[in-house]
Amino acid sequence: MFIINCPYCGEREQSEFKAGGEAHIVRPKQPTELSDDEWAEYLFMRKNIKGIQFERWVHTHGCRKWFNVVRDTSNDKIKAVYKMGEKPPTK
Amino acid sequence: MTKNLRVKKSNLIDETYKVSFKFNGITYYGYKGDTLASALLANDIHLVGRSFKYHRPRGIMTAGSEEPNAIVQLHNNTSRTEPNVRATEIEIYEGLEASSQNCWPSVNFDVGGINNFLSPVLPAGFYYKTFMWPASFWEKYEYFIRKSAGLGKSPTEPDPDIYEHKYIHCDVLVIGAGVSGIVAAKTSAKNGYKTLLVDEKPYLGGSTIYQNSEHFKINNQISSSWLEKEINEIKKIENLEIKTRTSVAAYHGYNFLLARENLTDHMPLEQRKNKIRHRLLKIRAKKVITATGSLERPLIFDNNDRPGILLSSAIEKYASLYGVACGEKNVLFTNNDSAYETAISLYQKGINIEAIVDNREEIDSKLIKEIEKNNIKVYKGYTVVDTSGYKRINKVSIMQLSKDGQKVIGSKISISCDCLGISGGWTPAVHLFTQSGGKLKFRDEDQVFIPNIYPSDQISIGSCNGDFTLDEILSTVPKTLKEFLNLKKTDYEDLEIKSSFNKSKRNIWLLPSDKVIGKTKPFVDYQNDATAKDIKLALREGFRSIEHVKRYTTTGMGTDQGKLGNMHALGIIAETAGSKMGELGTTTFRPPYTPLTFGTIVGRNVGEYFDIFRKTPIHAWHIENKAEFENVGQWKRAWYYPKKGENMHDAVQRESKAARDSAGILDASTLGKIDIQGTDASEFLNRVYTNAWSKLAIGKCRYGLMLNEDGMVYDDGVTTRLDENHYIMTTTTGGAATVLGKLEDYLQTEWPELDVYLTSVTDHYATVSVCGPYSKKIVSRVIPDLDFSDENFPHMSFKDAKIGKIKCRVMRISFTGEHSYEINVQANYGKSVWEKCMEAGKEFNITPYGTETMHLLRAEKGFIIVGQDTDATMTPIDLQMDWIVSKKKYDFIGKRSLYRSDTIREDRKQLVGLLTENPNDVLEEGAQIVADMNKSPVEMLGHVTSSYYSPNLKKSIALGVVRNGKNMMGQKLIIPMEDKQINVTVADPVFLDKENKRLNA
Ligand SMILES: [Zn+2]
Repeated sequence: MFIINCPYCGEREQSEFKAGGEAHIVRPKQPTELSDDEWAEYLFMRKNIKGIQFERWVHTHGCRKWFNVVRDTSNDKIKAVYKMGEKPPTK
Repeated sequence: MTKNLRVKKSNLIDETYKVSFKFNGITYYGYKGDTLASALLANDIHLVGRSFKYHRPRGIMTAGSEEPNAIVQLHNNTSRTEPNVRATEIEIYEGLEASSQNCWPSVNFDVGGINNFLSPVLPAGFYYKTFMWPASFWEKYEYFIRKSAGLGKSPTEPDPDIYEHKYIHCDVLVIGAGVSGIVAAKTSAKNGYKTLLVDEKPYLGGSTIYQNSEHFKINNQISSSWLEKEINEIKKIENLEIKTRTSVAAYHGYNFLLARENLTDHMPLEQRKNKIRHRLLKIRAKKVITATGSLERPLIFDNNDRPGILLSSAIEKYASLYGVACGEKNVLFTNNDSAYETAISLYQKGINIEAIVDNREEIDSKLIKEIEKNNIKVYKGYTVVDTSGYKRINKVSIMQLSKDGQKVIGSKISISCDCLGISGGWTPAVHLFTQSGGKLKFRDEDQVFIPNIYPSDQISIGSCNGDFTLDEILSTVPKTLKEFLNLKKTDYEDLEIKSSFNKSKRNIWLLPSDKVIGKTKPFVDYQNDATAKDIKLALREGFRSIEHVKRYTTTGMGTDQGKLGNMHALGIIAETAGSKMGELGTTTFRPPYTPLTFGTIVGRNVGEYFDIFRKTPIHAWHIENKAEFENVGQWKRAWYYPKKGENMHDAVQRESKAARDSAGILDASTLGKIDIQGTDASEFLNRVYTNAWSKLAIGKCRYGLMLNEDGMVYDDGVTTRLDENHYIMTTTTGGAATVLGKLEDYLQTEWPELDVYLTSVTDHYATVSVCGPYSKKIVSRVIPDLDFSDENFPHMSFKDAKIGKIKCRVMRISFTGEHSYEINVQANYGKSVWEKCMEAGKEFNITPYGTETMHLLRAEKGFIIVGQDTDATMTPIDLQMDWIVSKKKYDFIGKRSLYRSDTIREDRKQLVGLLTENPNDVLEEGAQIVADMNKSPVEMLGHVTSSYYSPNLKKSIALGVVRNGKNMMGQKLIIPMEDKQINVTVADPVFLDKENKRLNA
């Protein structure tokens, strides 16, 4: 069980949060313009990396805010936490 | 009958306190402080159980939690019975009853023992190969195999004990209270760290606490006396908490650990009442110091598993700590100096040693010199090649090792004995370190894996870090602690240490024999009966990965996780496959380190506390009126209200008829309610529902269908526009929390520009739904000030009203197809409004109905239940609900997916009505639907999703999903059941009042 530093509440146990999959997959503004393949790319295709992954988390049993987490999936070390809409850290 | 093998007084054993206990029905005596194992050994009992596969007699092998053989069942046939308890861990108490397991009918005569002679036909992978027998064959033999192979019996009665969970936060957690752990805990606590020290044993001090020899001294004091003083000191330190009988079961990431504190298992049963038995500690530590010590390795030779064969260190512990001799004619067999420490200790206590067999040829240490000085024969460069004695060892055969250690040479020498101590060197207990994600490295010089890369703020010290000797430990540990805890100095800077231990070792994983390997039984995993032969067979059959070899041979898969023999298994694999140990890696040790009872894991979450449940504000009325309840999500919902003599069917038929003929009343408080406000509320609803919302007038209600982005139906419900920028959305009972979560997700991440605020108000309101031809009369009596005329208050509209001084929201909406009203009031008024409706409806036969009748009534109207008639593969088109999907809206969640190549297929499963040929045949929900029974294999077209006998239509009705069902109207299909086939016709899913006349009746 890891500890996540919620950008609104501070450090809390993982059990207060829910994971929401890969981050920075933006819902297309005009879905009807997309081909089946392009829509499927948005809808289904996820990277599921072993290593540094950018992902979405929500503080379900807390402030209920969504935010982004940079996590090394091989050892669960969290490298960075940042709010929705903020630019991902480059390092 | 039995001998007394007590040899000396011991600090741990209270000889003034005699304890009687039963083993396999016979009464024995021991002393307070004994473990079951030490007490049995004192009574000269070694044979404790039978092995898992071959049912070979097995005895006590160790003196700790690594014990593979001496596992027993406690208090058989009582509510407190427990299988797989290690005799080496359980402390005896007055009235303890233990029995051997894994043997039938008794440990001395065991039918399964025949497997020992059948062993040529029970090779590695036996159980896997067994499962490939034809199923019919398996069924016949399952009973016998289970009976003769099972590991103990699980209790059949409720657990009478209490368990609890506790969170602990500390600066430093020290695991293990041996000499390293004591030094660490004292150093940490004295320097201001809030420290917790845990040890699985009932006493502190590890193995040093009984190291009473001139050969091991600290500051000129015998090591055990030095340590005793340290222990007395740490007991006085304020910010140090010490927990004994506490074993760490799991070490997770971020220094989160689970430990089991054992509070009553050492007490007589009658003293345990109302006490907590085990406490599961959930520990979050800033820093962790692992000082879990090391486990002595056995040696792998033919017949190395007989009762009377123990680890040399265990013999030493029984003698020095418990004052018990394991035998009267002892032989020690070793490849290192440890056995000499045991020998000296035994010699001092007057316990006879026949001989010491040492793999090493050229050896020179003070310990060996002392042994030889006392005329104990040492066979240097020899190995044991065989043992004999069925239920107790009586002889060892030894031969000389060749120079390269690959063969035995010369002639066989026999030594008679009643106890053989074996020592193959030491394995650091790195289990918890690897559980935490730590990476090991292999140290070639003494063939051990030691911690290398730490994944969190932690350190391993002492022998679990590969420092085995007293001088190594006490010179390294203080330095490590200084760095780890950021200290300038410790109390242990200039210790003067005397340790006569010589570190030389001759490591041979599988000792050679004069027989071919096929004719030998050198056990590697004692509990699972895996031999070196099995491992070699697995490699011959092509297995290479150690994880595969482990599963195929079951090496390391017992309740002990192969703590003793795993290293040998790796060594034999490496040697046979010609690879290097370091490159091979180790198998994964998984939590728990030692088994936990289920009680410990669930803690207080038992009985009515197993899961939280939610009650509506009207719950008490349902109870008073004898409702049966069903669980819907976490809610307890009234299911039906049986009258005297009624079964469920009778009650539901009566309730359903009353709702259509006169009036029905339903507690709908569990429906999810989300309050939606903001200037963009209408736009938001446009995006989340499939239909259009902008033009919904204030005071009107609309049914909405919500999809996932993949186009599949997710939830449904009626939403009411309370004001220009204010809506109240209802969701399904089970979907309330996830729908809110989903809406928040879109608002925060995709559409943060929208001005919308969501609040869950499910618990704030009670909802009373009154339906039927008399509903208007009843509700207007309860709310006399409201104009209920169809002009003022038509179907699908809403009014603010008052019942006396109580504000309420009334919606005229219907899930039954009847003229119907929903009254929403502040939750605490719910029951009184319900009772007012009951009173007002008395003369109109108002009938409370539960969820079962609600489901029946909506099925008559063909209304879906999300989650019952849909299963996350159904689009609105599949549900024949095309009418609710807006063609005009540019976008909504899931819209694009509705015309993917897969979702536009004509032959998807679609929702249809089903009518049985015989109107009295009621289909089973979940039953398969087929068209042609002669086709092979029979093609499944779909299944029944909802099915009832309708008292209003006087026939059976059902909904189902059928492939291409939309185009099959009127077609005959078949529902094959176990004993018959039921013929059905595909029909319109709306069975009653298709014109919706009843809504305004
Ligand atoms: Zn938060």
